[in-house]
Amino acid sequence: MARDSVGNTMLVATILCVVCSVLVASAAVGLRARQDANKQLDRKKNVLIAAGLYDEKENSLDEVDSIFAASIEQVLIDLETGELVDTEVIDPETFDQREASRKPELSQAIEPSSKLGGIKKREKYSFVYRVKNEAGEIEKVVLPVYGKGLWSTLYGFIAVASDANTVEGITFYEHAETPGLGGEVENPDWKALWKGKILFDDQGEVALHVIKGKVSPSSADAEHQVDGLSGATITCKGVTQLVRYWMGADGFGPYLDKLRQSAEGGSDG
Amino acid sequence: MARSKEKDVLLTPIFDSNPITLHVLGICSALAVTSKLETSVAMAFSVTFVLALSNAAISLIRHYIPSSIRIIVQMTIIASLVIIVDQILKAYAFGASKQLSVFVGLIITNCIVMGRAEAFAMKNPPLLSALDGIGNALGYSLILLVVGFIRELFGAGKLWGIEVMPSWYQTNGLLLLPPSAFFLIGILIWVLRTWKPEQVEHGS
Repeated sequence: MARDSVGNTMLVATILCVVCSVLVASAAVGLRARQDANKQLDRKKNVLIAAGLYDEKENSLDEVDSIFAASIEQVLIDLETGELVDTEVIDPETFDQREASRKPELSQAIEPSSKLGGIKKREKYSFVYRVKNEAGEIEKVVLPVYGKGLWSTLYGFIAVASDANTVEGITFYEHAETPGLGGEVENPDWKALWKGKILFDDQGEVALHVIKGKVSPSSADAEHQVDGLSGATITCKGVTQLVRYWMGADGFGPYLDKLRQSAEGGSDG
Repeated sequence: MARSKEKDVLLTPIFDSNPITLHVLGICSALAVTSKLETSVAMAFSVTFVLALSNAAISLIRHYIPSSIRIIVQMTIIASLVIIVDQILKAYAFGASKQLSVFVGLIITNCIVMGRAEAFAMKNPPLLSALDGIGNALGYSLILLVVGFIRELFGAGKLWGIEVMPSWYQTNGLLLLPPSAFFLIGILIWVLRTWKPEQVEHGS
């Protein structure tokens, strides 16, 4: 068959596609286990970063597991009630939160979906990472959050102090925002601005939000505001939205209420 | 290119016909990933892998590729290799792959890879093409490493993430921003063309 004939062209194209797709597919499948292990470790690392227990400059990746085991208690809660979930009902060992948001029996609709940037469903149960002090009291909790930015879904953690009102830290560990613009949500300097901000206003509504430009320290609302990232208006809106949703009544609200009551009551809850 | 000897093919692209400084190709990635030595090295390895294998693969089937779909065939091979590299990085160098983010995927559009496929691999046997790929990748890597070294050392006072500059050193933040790579590559081109004046282009 002549090299430039239609038949040969089709033949070469077909063979090439088959060979390339087999190669790509086998690389993806063969390396999946290792990649998942890396992602898992990265998620743990980010829980620790949000909780202020891990510093990229000082700690190494090898320490993640030991720090995590020593200071974090991972529990599963029912988002609607804020109560711990019986381990008989759902086994935390095998519970995959990301997967759960897609399963009908483990998820519920977000209504209207515009509340969280068009994400239609969220999981019913969520992990909460509790950080306890030496006396065994809860010092802060790290809550997994996600929401839509400009291009992608941002996944991250927000650490809240035991008063259920003061932000202790925030991280984003997975997103596909524009590097240098929206991607700056990973910037440690920006993340550091969140520490000490106050989630709720006097009416108990989530008031914390990202503004445009710089927060003026004299502003009456400064404790509820975080500097915007320049060139990343939509990503910033997405961050505000996800904070509002997850800290509000539809998200961790019931859990945070319980946490606040137990902190005020002095009992360990 | 009449006398394509192995050694020539491997070594000429390093200084004499460096893809970045002479052909001014692959600048986009050279700006984006060189703020640190670690990402520069990861990028250098990735491009070397892709360039050597894509050149070899394309050269291997060069007699069968119909000229009408030549470019798309090259593109498919390059894209597949890039996806494989991306998967490997995610499995074995997770930190670096997170920092390189989209730039690994953008190797597909790195002009050097397509350029070498079209200019060399389509006309030469596989081994020679692979060497040409490695040679060009070395030329690219050399520039990347030099720029990454300077930017991390003077921009962050570190090398490979470890503090090396004395404490009185005031880090120069400009070097961490992409424009500084432009200045550095410009200076490198100037140095190289002063050393090898035959590379200077004369206006016609």
